[in-house]
This record gives sequence, structure tokens and C-alpha cells, in this order.
Amino acid sequence: MADNVKPRVRVPKEASAGDTITIKTLISHTMESGQRKDKDGNVIPRSIINRFVADFNGENVIDVTLEPAISTNPYFEFDAIVPGPGEFTFTWYDDDGSVYTETKSIDVS
Amino acid sequence: MKMTKIIATVAACAFGAAASAQDGNTLFVEGEKMVTETAAPDHVEGLRTIYSGWRFRTPETQALQMDDFENPAMIFVDQALDLFNTVDGSEGRSCASCHESVEDFAGLTATMPKVIDGKLTTMEDLLNGHRAKAMGAEPWKWSGPEMQSMIALIGLQSRGMPMNVAIDGDAAPFYEQGKEMYYTRYGQLEMSCANCHEDNYGNMIRADHLSQGQINGFPTYRLKQAKLISRHNRFRGCIRDTRAETFAEGSDEFRALELYVASRSNGLSVETPAVRQ
Amino acid sequence: MELTRRNMLTMGSAALAAYGLGALPAFASLTDDEIAKITGGAETAAGELTITAPEIAENGNTVPISISAPGAVMVAIFAEGNPVPNVATFNFGPLNPTRSASTRIRLATTQNVVAIAKMEDGSFQRASAEVKVTIGGCGG
Repeated sequence: MADNVKPRVRVPKEASAGDTITIKTLISHTMESGQRKDKDGNVIPRSIINRFVADFNGENVIDVTLEPAISTNPYFEFDAIVPGPGEFTFTWYDDDGSVYTETKSIDVS
Repeated sequence: MKMTKIIATVAACAFGAAASAQDGNTLFVEGEKMVTETAAPDHVEGLRTIYSGWRFRTPETQALQMDDFENPAMIFVDQALDLFNTVDGSEGRSCASCHESVEDFAGLTATMPKVIDGKLTTMEDLLNGHRAKAMGAEPWKWSGPEMQSMIALIGLQSRGMPMNVAIDGDAAPFYEQGKEMYYTRYGQLEMSCANCHEDNYGNMIRADHLSQGQINGFPTYRLKQAKLISRHNRFRGCIRDTRAETFAEGSDEFRALELYVASRSNGLSVETPAVRQ
Repeated sequence: MELTRRNMLTMGSAALAAYGLGALPAFASLTDDEIAKITGGAETAAGELTITAPEIAENGNTVPISISAPGAVMVAIFAEGNPVPNVATFNFGPLNPTRSASTRIRLATTQNVVAIAKMEDGSFQRASAEVKVTIGGCGG
């Protein structure tokens, strides 16, 4: 696992069934592009988060393919429908094979 | 048609932002109003009004500081909170072993740097001092991620409080030393801090909008480096750009300059951790 | 035409503009190739798809952009002036009502950011926005 990778997610604590909510996610990651060189002129190998997926109770909200042009500490904001009570799952896939997961449950009235 | 739509969208966004507290002049962070403009302290003779660096940034950069989730510095604040509770060093202690809560540090950053036992002391000095004495731990690198993350976490506890750095008594000689540096022309370009940040704030230096160089938001998350930047790192960058041999981070010269520059922010809100370009 | 200073300037600008136009397809081709991979050469028209980006970015390292594409199943973003044009591809799931998203991207220089949307009926839409990336005065 790359050092110090830490996800942050903001999901409203509660919603009514059928509501549209806004979700924000951020994860600490250098997103090394593979375009940069070190002091000795050697290319620093690419090392990025290449995919981000958000699901609710197993049903997909958004599935993003990331390229090296996504900024350090990738940020996403998007909307989701909350059909009923349940849990959001957020998953980030690292080039090095690591997978980072965060879950958030939401109270639905 | 397509262009019209895009322009309409942009205009709508800009208008929406203006209507919701961001007029480019008023900074609310998480609903709390920051002082970004106030009368200059009496000892700052070259300025009538002092402005936060936030006021000189584009709306997009400004917006990143208005919401703690949008602010990428908060990742590092989160990491520092973990560090606060992590045991390190020969004594088997963490910060939390002695300091019950990080909230106990409310107000501290607004008064830093300050003279303690005759020595001009920065936050970096305080942290490494406690790490050595209380924890038996290795010092952190001045501008390293652990050090600046922890300083951001501690600074956040003072966010919204007015900067209030003492310049009299024990601090007076350091204040005078820092003031002299501020007005000294350095490097092949023969430029002093004041040439840009007092005489020309608000003007453009190439494509960059010059601020007053206030440090009430440090450590700041700089988009260029995509990490937290220390006060001394920024000083070093400025002096290097005058094509001078710079002072080292953690040098006595930079400690004195930090005291002087921090005192020029007296009255502005602590904005730590700010977001700049 | 009388050669006045003004005329000279106009001619100069026209020559520059012609040069710029001549050079554009070479720059755009990488992006066009990538777009063709998605569309299979199908036509891309303006539609509901919008892309919002700052007119001027203070630092190309972190440029906030948003896309909105009601009725889209997928939106791909390309940066024409980057060494690799691909930026991101958003696939929208059944629980996504607005088909919109925001992120922060890297832009190497002043350039067009292009969005291509694949709609539910299989058609494609295109939108773009120009972002001027400034070179700061003080590198830090």
C-alpha cells in the first residue's frame, strides 16, 4: 500500500426515500503521472489511483476511470438517489494493486 | 449555441456564488466569518490596511478554503490527528499522553512565534522541543509532512481568532532584526520583501497577483506543490527568486523574519490551513 | 494597401492566426484519435452536455471542472494540450439521477478541455471549454 493513503467522504447523515443527495470524496494520493523525472533524469514511474467506484447496497452510482491528468489527492463530487435505508460503499483502486474502501450508512425516513 | 450555453452556465455559477456569501471580499469558512481586511497595526508604517492573501486569489482558489471538505489541507490535518495519538520515541508517549485534547491549543498559534526563556520560539521549535524532552523522539524535519501537518492541526484550533504576536519586551530585539531584513534588498535583483508585498501588492508580477505576504494562513496548502507549505519554505522561495543565497529553514534569521512578518498580520484572523495557488 | 503601422499589425496578427489554425489539427489529433475510439467515428453534436471550467486557472496542477449530461450513460474528458489527452471517464449507474460530476484536473498549458457524452440512445454529444493556465510570478 502506498504511504499515508486516507479517504475522506461526505454523505448527509439522513435523507428521505427517493431523495437526491450530493456526495463528496477525497483521497490522499500523490497521483505520480509517469511524466516527471527525478534529479538524475530518470522517469519516475507512474503510480496513480486508476478507478473509483461508488455503490449503494450493491447498486452502482458512479464508476470513474482515472488517468494521470487527475490532480494529486483526487476529488469527486456527484449526486445519488437514496431509494431506502442502506449503506454507500466507496472503493479506490491503486496501480500497485491496493484497494481502499470506505463505507457510510444513511438514515432514511 | 453551444458557447452561449457554456457562458450562461458560468455566469449562473458566478452569480450563484456571489449570492451565497462569496463576493470575493468576504470569507466564511464553515460558516464562520474571517477578518480578511482591517486597519494595519500601528507599528506597520508602510500600510494603512492589511489584507489576507485569500483576497488576492481567483474565485476557484478562494472556494477551496471556504469548505473544510473542499480544502485538501484537511487530509493532512486528519493524518496529524492520528499522529497526535501515536506513540513515538524512547519514553513510550504520544502527544496525547500529556495533552488531553488538541483543542487545548486554541489561541496558541495566534501568538506565535514568541520568546520563551529568552529564545525566539516557533511552532516547529515547540514541537521538536517536546518531542525531544517529553517523548525521547527524533526531531521532525522543519518542512516535512509530519511537522507541517501537526502545525496545521494545532493552528486550526485558533482559526478565526485575531493574530496577536507580541513585539515588545523580550521580543523587541528579534522584531527589530526581522524588520531590518524585511526592508533589506537581497540578491542580484536587489529586491526587499517590501518592494513586492508593501509597495506593489495588488499588482501583477507576470501572471501572479501580488499579495501583502501575510502569513496568517500558514501552513498553507499550495496548489503548485499539492502539499502543506511552511512559513520558512515560502520565505526561502521568495528570497531565492531575487537570485540570492537564501537563509536556511529553521535559521535564526528566518525566525526573526517570521516574528516580524507575523506581527504585520496582527488583527487578521488565523486562517490555518489556508489554500493558495 | 498603404503600409501604416496599424496595417502592419493587422497583417502580423492575421499571419499568426493563420499559423495557429494550420498548427491546430496536429495538436488536436491525439484527442481526436481517442474520441474516435469511443464514438467509432459517429457524429458528435452539441446538446444538453455542458462542461464548466475556470476561464483562468491560477495553477495548472489543480483545475476544478464540472460536467453535466442529463440522459448520458458515460462522459469522457480530454485535455487537448496535455502530453496524454485522456483525463477521466465517468460511467453513471442506475442510482445516479443527474449524470453530473466535478473533479480537479491537471492542465499542462492553456488549452481546450473537451467532454464527450454517450447518451442512452447511443448518440454522442460534445462540449468544450478553454482554460487559460497562467505562469506564476514566483515559483516557490
